[in-house]
Amino acid sequence: MAMLEVQDLHVAFPRGKRDEVEALRGVNLQLEKGERLGVVGESGAGKSMLAFAILNLIAAPGRVSQGRVMFHGQDLLKLSDRKIRGIRGNRISMIFQDPMVTLNPVLTIGTQMIETLKAHRRISDRDARKLCIERLKQVAIPSAESRMDAYPHELSGGLRQRVVIAIALLTDPELIIADEPTTALDVTIQAEIMSLILKLCRENDVALILITHDLGVVAEVTERIMIMYAGLCVEEGPTKQIITAPRHPYTSGLLKALPQNAGRGQRLYQIPGSMPPITALPRGCAYHPRCEFADNGCRTRIPPLQGGVACFNPLKGASS
Amino acid sequence: MISFSAFVKRFFSDPVAIGAGVVLLVLVLMAVLAPLIAPQNPYDPLQLDIMDSEMPPSWKPGGDDRFLLGTDAQGRGVLSTIMYGTGISLLIGVGAVIVQAVLGITLGLIAGYKGGWIDSFLMRLADIQLSLSTLMMAIIALALFQAAFDANTYADYAIIMLIMVIGIAEWPKFARTVRSSVLGEKKKEYVDAARVIGLPARRIMWGHILPNTLTPVLVISTIQVAEAIMIEASLSFLGLGMPTDRPSLGSLIRSGFEFIFSGSWWITLYPALVLIALVLSLNLLGDWLRDVLNPKLRRGED
Repeated sequence: MAMLEVQDLHVAFPRGKRDEVEALRGVNLQLEKGERLGVVGESGAGKSMLAFAILNLIAAPGRVSQGRVMFHGQDLLKLSDRKIRGIRGNRISMIFQDPMVTLNPVLTIGTQMIETLKAHRRISDRDARKLCIERLKQVAIPSAESRMDAYPHELSGGLRQRVVIAIALLTDPELIIADEPTTALDVTIQAEIMSLILKLCRENDVALILITHDLGVVAEVTERIMIMYAGLCVEEGPTKQIITAPRHPYTSGLLKALPQNAGRGQRLYQIPGSMPPITALPRGCAYHPRCEFADNGCRTRIPPLQGGVACFNPLKGASS
Repeated sequence: MISFSAFVKRFFSDPVAIGAGVVLLVLVLMAVLAPLIAPQNPYDPLQLDIMDSEMPPSWKPGGDDRFLLGTDAQGRGVLSTIMYGTGISLLIGVGAVIVQAVLGITLGLIAGYKGGWIDSFLMRLADIQLSLSTLMMAIIALALFQAAFDANTYADYAIIMLIMVIGIAEWPKFARTVRSSVLGEKKKEYVDAARVIGLPARRIMWGHILPNTLTPVLVISTIQVAEAIMIEASLSFLGLGMPTDRPSLGSLIRSGFEFIFSGSWWITLYPALVLIALVLSLNLLGDWLRDVLNPKLRRGED
């Protein structure tokens, strides 16, 4: 049995009195212990929604309307408030996009770290502090002891994200969900933070769900990739295979749009159009208005995910 | 946020703030040190002499050097009663604000964080409370209290009653302020992060959101102290507040008011001036605090 198994997950938001719109439209996902999965898609594809749904933290008025999130055979969506709190931040932790706003501005780093630890462990203040300093050293924060008494605004963006990572690692979780952990950072810091996350995941045998819109980042860190578009998974498979031989036209478009794949002096490729809002999805495959291979079947029916790709006219992959 | 040193710097560069601060400091010191520095203890009947009654201030003809600001009808020195009375007024003002803050912050925090029907219920409750005038509520409560107990019991518990009545009547101001700040803070990512960590709602509310909403609470606390002092003075003036043998500033004004037409204006005038100085300095400090702590009104240099 896989460690984490998301089955047919739907998240819905009310529209008007009766109607609902779906932000996730049936997502499946499997993750083994220590495995690293990249979830890639444009803004609004439902990536972050997926992360929050896994922890059963969809904010009202949204709700999980269908599906299961099995973690070690336990459905997280059915757990009591108390039980799920014992899993959040303890066995599954999360790293957010912007470290400027994820740390509470009026509490010291130490307070926030010790609080996390004490929420899940019976531990004395002194031991908690020792463990926190140890973790801060692990994420390569210089003079960790004095940083414990610092406020978030006294640290740089990169350091703050390191603190956030240290907090995520504090309770030795089995799974870390990183929601665009480097997007808000300086380009020079991004690579550092990414390799730090990779190193820590490998050393501690932690599974990782890396949510990002940057295929380049995912390629370096993850073993498998899931491409999302308009609330659905459109392609899934081993990282290497998807990067070298994408089968869904959308994936291929994303890869072509990467600057490193464009020739010198050439214009960068751009997928025509933009992703439709979830309130106005086209009939059939949500990607068909932007797809050069779309036919009548694509305009009427939603292609199911078969053999790792949800497309009626997939590109020829390396294997096929 | 503004750092403490910048805060101090702003204070000392604003003459109005310095003035209000100095006046408030003098009045508070005067009240706190009253038992040590007052020329007379107006609560001790043995020190009072009816022969000293209605003496004008000492520099007037007929004045006495022992009583700088004259005496009232019972022979109490006006200066001494003002010193003790300021203390009682401040005690009631601060006490009432503590009651308001405890009630208002708790209910505002719950309303803002929980939302939904709890929010609607608590805020409609606040609307109802605000539609009943504080003064009217206090008059009804205190009149009932006065009628229900004899004068001695009333005198003993008047301070507590006034604190409770003014505190309960004014909680919506804190609740609304806190609620609106909570609504703003609730959407920020550090709250999501705290939920992801697995903290219970109670801890997120009190430990994470509340410290971020304390700035407006600080501002209204200052202004509400002034407000509570005014309400207490009004009630005492109407004869429903502090009894005349343990007078607050309001009851001093009232006790002198009966004699104003017989020419003994000093019994009313001096307590009234002190009351005005006290309330004005509190309000000016509150306004100044609001300006300093509001980032939209912040000047470039901090």
